[in-house]
Amino acid sequence: MVLQPAERHRGDWSHRRLGPWCSPTGSPAPLSCETGCGEGTWILVCRLLVPTQVSLLSMEEDIDTRKINNSFLRDHSYATEADIISTVEFNHTGELLATGDKGGRVVIFQREQESKNQVHRRGEYNVYSTFQSHEPEFDYLKSLEIEEKINKIRWLPQQNAAYFLLSTNDKTVKLWKVSERDKRPEGYNLKDEEGRLRDPATITTLRVPVLRPMDLMVEATPRRVFANAHTYHINSISVNSDYETYMSADDLRINLWNFEITNQSFNIVDIKPANMEELTEVITAAEFHPHHCNTFVYSSSKGTIRLCDMRASALCDRHTKFFEEPEDPSNRSFFSEIISSISDVKFSHSGRCIMTRDYLTVKVWDLNMENRPVETYQVHDYLRSKLCSLYENDCIFDKFECVWNGSDSVIMTGSYNNFFRMFDRNTKRDVTLEASRENSKPRAILKPRKVCVGGKRRKDEISVDSLDFSKKILHTAWHPSENIIAVAATNNLYIFQDKVN
Amino acid sequence: MTRKSICQGTMLTRGLKRKCSEDEAPAGPLQRQSLLDMSLAKLQLCHMLAEPNLCRSVLIANTVRQIQEEMTQDGSWSLPGPQTAGRLPRDHLVSTEVLCRSAWAGPAPAPDPADLASALQAVPATQVPRAVPGGPWDRAVPGESQGGFPRSLDQVFGTLESHGPGAVEELLSDVGGSYCDLDAVLTGVVGGAKSGPEGLETFASVAAPPRGTSCKADLGELDHVVEILVET
Repeated sequence: MVLQPAERHRGDWSHRRLGPWCSPTGSPAPLSCETGCGEGTWILVCRLLVPTQVSLLSMEEDIDTRKINNSFLRDHSYATEADIISTVEFNHTGELLATGDKGGRVVIFQREQESKNQVHRRGEYNVYSTFQSHEPEFDYLKSLEIEEKINKIRWLPQQNAAYFLLSTNDKTVKLWKVSERDKRPEGYNLKDEEGRLRDPATITTLRVPVLRPMDLMVEATPRRVFANAHTYHINSISVNSDYETYMSADDLRINLWNFEITNQSFNIVDIKPANMEELTEVITAAEFHPHHCNTFVYSSSKGTIRLCDMRASALCDRHTKFFEEPEDPSNRSFFSEIISSISDVKFSHSGRCIMTRDYLTVKVWDLNMENRPVETYQVHDYLRSKLCSLYENDCIFDKFECVWNGSDSVIMTGSYNNFFRMFDRNTKRDVTLEASRENSKPRAILKPRKVCVGGKRRKDEISVDSLDFSKKILHTAWHPSENIIAVAATNNLYIFQDKVN
Repeated sequence: MTRKSICQGTMLTRGLKRKCSEDEAPAGPLQRQSLLDMSLAKLQLCHMLAEPNLCRSVLIANTVRQIQEEMTQDGSWSLPGPQTAGRLPRDHLVSTEVLCRSAWAGPAPAPDPADLASALQAVPATQVPRAVPGGPWDRAVPGESQGGFPRSLDQVFGTLESHGPGAVEELLSDVGGSYCDLDAVLTGVVGGAKSGPEGLETFASVAAPPRGTSCKADLGELDHVVEILVET
C-alpha cells in the first residue's frame, strides 16, 4: 500500500513527510527504515509511577526517595487500585502527556527540553502537573456510586499560553485549563509583603506593583463542567475539528456539546430501543473525523461501525455508511459475537481510514469500502482456543485500545502479560514488545517477545499457559510526530523511543 | 493487585482443565450447558456491583439467547403446548429482561412512562404462564398475573410477606435498577429503597408495571432456569 503525502491541515506535523522510522530531526535513521518494526529499534526512555497517595508513603518508605520529578522512581510495591492508569494521551505537539487513573486524578508529564549539556536526557518526561479531576459521587436518586475513574482525556489544540484538556468519568465531562505562573506581583499598597492588610491611614505614598519572577507554578483550574447529560456510562469523548464542539458517547447515546455551553447538549445518536428488552447492541466508541467537522463514526458491540453526517439530519440515527465484515462461518462459536465487539475506533491522521480493535484483531478500514476491512492484523490469535476460559475469568470483556503513529504507517495495540504489539502496514512486519520492570534500565533496548503456541518451546519464548492475564496493556499512546510511545501497565507508565543512531 | 486481577492471572489454568479442556469449536451439549450456567451466574453476579457494565450484560445476555436458540433447535428443551413452527424460537426464548431480572443489572427496564401507560391497561398475558411457585423466580417475577396492575401488587406483597425482610430489600433494590431512565425515575420509581414499612408504601405509590407481563418465557424454560439458579 503506497502512502500518499498527508493532507495539509491544522496540525503541525502534516507538512512533514514522515517515513515510518524517522528520527526526531526528520531525516530517516538508516537502520530503522530498513528494519521497520525489526528487532532492537525501541529503547526505554523512562518508567514513571503515578504518584501514590501520601498515606502509603508512611508505610516504611523513605520519603526522600520519592522525588517525583526524578524520572526513575523507586519501585513501589504498595500500588493501590486508585493508581491504575485508565487513559493516556499526548497533546497535539507531543510536548505534554496526560494520564488519568482510577482515583480520578490527572497527571500531566512534560517533555524534557533539549539542552546541549544533557543531550541524552531529551525525550524524558517529567511530572508537570497533578490534579484531582473527578471525585467519587453518590447518585442519591438511584442509590449508586458514580466512579471517579477517568475514562478518557482529550486535549484541545493550543490556542494561547494555557493548555486545555477534557477529562471524563462515567457521567461528567470537565474542561480543565492548565497554565503556568512564573511571576507574581509585588508591592501592593493595601497589603504588606505577608499579605496582611495595611491600615490605610498609614499609607503615605502610592506605588505601582511590579511583577517579579517566582518559582514556576503550574495550576489547573476547571473551566467548564458538562454534567447530567448521560444516563449510561460515557465511553468516549472526541474534540471536533472546528474546535468549538465536542461529542460525548455513552452506551446508548451520543451528545454534541459546545465548549461554551454547559447546560445544554444536542443528542445526535440514540440507539435506546423503546422497549429495553429488545436491547441487543450498545455503542462502544465514537470519534469525530479529523478534518470534516460534520462527520463522525461510532462502533458497536456487534462489531459494526457507522459513519454519520450531521448535515443529513439532527438525529443521526440513520448512518451514511455502515461498515461490517461478514462473519467467517468456520470460526463461528458462542463467543463470536463477544469477540467481535469493537473496543476502540480511531480515524487515521489522514482521515481516509479507520482502525478498529476487537478482542483478537486490529482492522483497518478504508472509508470507501464498507463491506470488509482492507487490512486485518492478528494480535493474539493463540487465545482463540482459550475463549471459554477467558469468558469465565472475564478477560474476554477487556477493552483494548489501538493507536496510529504520526504518519499512519504503523499501528499499535496492547495484549496480555504486559505485551504490546506493533504492525507496520507497509512492510507487513510486526513485533511484540514487553513493558516490564525487568527491562527498566534506562536506554535498555527492548527485546522482541514471542509466544509459543504449541510444540517445542524455544528458549526465549513464553507459552500461552504461562501468560499473566492480570497484566494487560489496555492504554497506549503514540507521539503525534515522533517515534515515542507511552504504554500504561497498571500503575506504571513506560515511555519508549525509537533508537536513534 | 486486586483480588479480581489475581484470579484472572491464575484462573486460566483451572478453567482450562475444568470446563474447556478441548477446543471450543465443537460445543457439545455438556459444554453448552455449562456455558449457559456460567452466563446466568455472571448475570446474577451483576447486581453485586455498584453499577454494572451495560455492554458486558448485553453481550452475556446475547450469548445466553444464542445458546438457548441452539438448544431449542436441537430439541434439548421440552416445550409444552402447541408448537407452531417458525414462530417458535423467538417466542420461547427468555427475553433479556428475564435473564437480567435477578440481577436487575442488565438491559432490564425500569418502567418508562410508556410502559406505565400500557401496564395500567389490562395486559393480555397469553404467553405468560402462572408464576412458578416458590424458588427465586417468585421474588423476581412479582407481576406475573392474568389481570392488570392492582393484582400484581397483591402478588408482590404476598411474595414479600412469604420471604421476609431480606426479600424486601432485594426486591426494592431491584426496582431502582441501574439503568432507569431519568424520566422513569422522576415518575416515582424509587431506587434502592430501604427496607421496612415505608419502603413498601413507596412501592405501593408507584405505578410499577408488572414486570412479567412482557415475559415470553414458557413454563418449561422457567423450570429449567429455576433449576440452574437454585443449583448455583
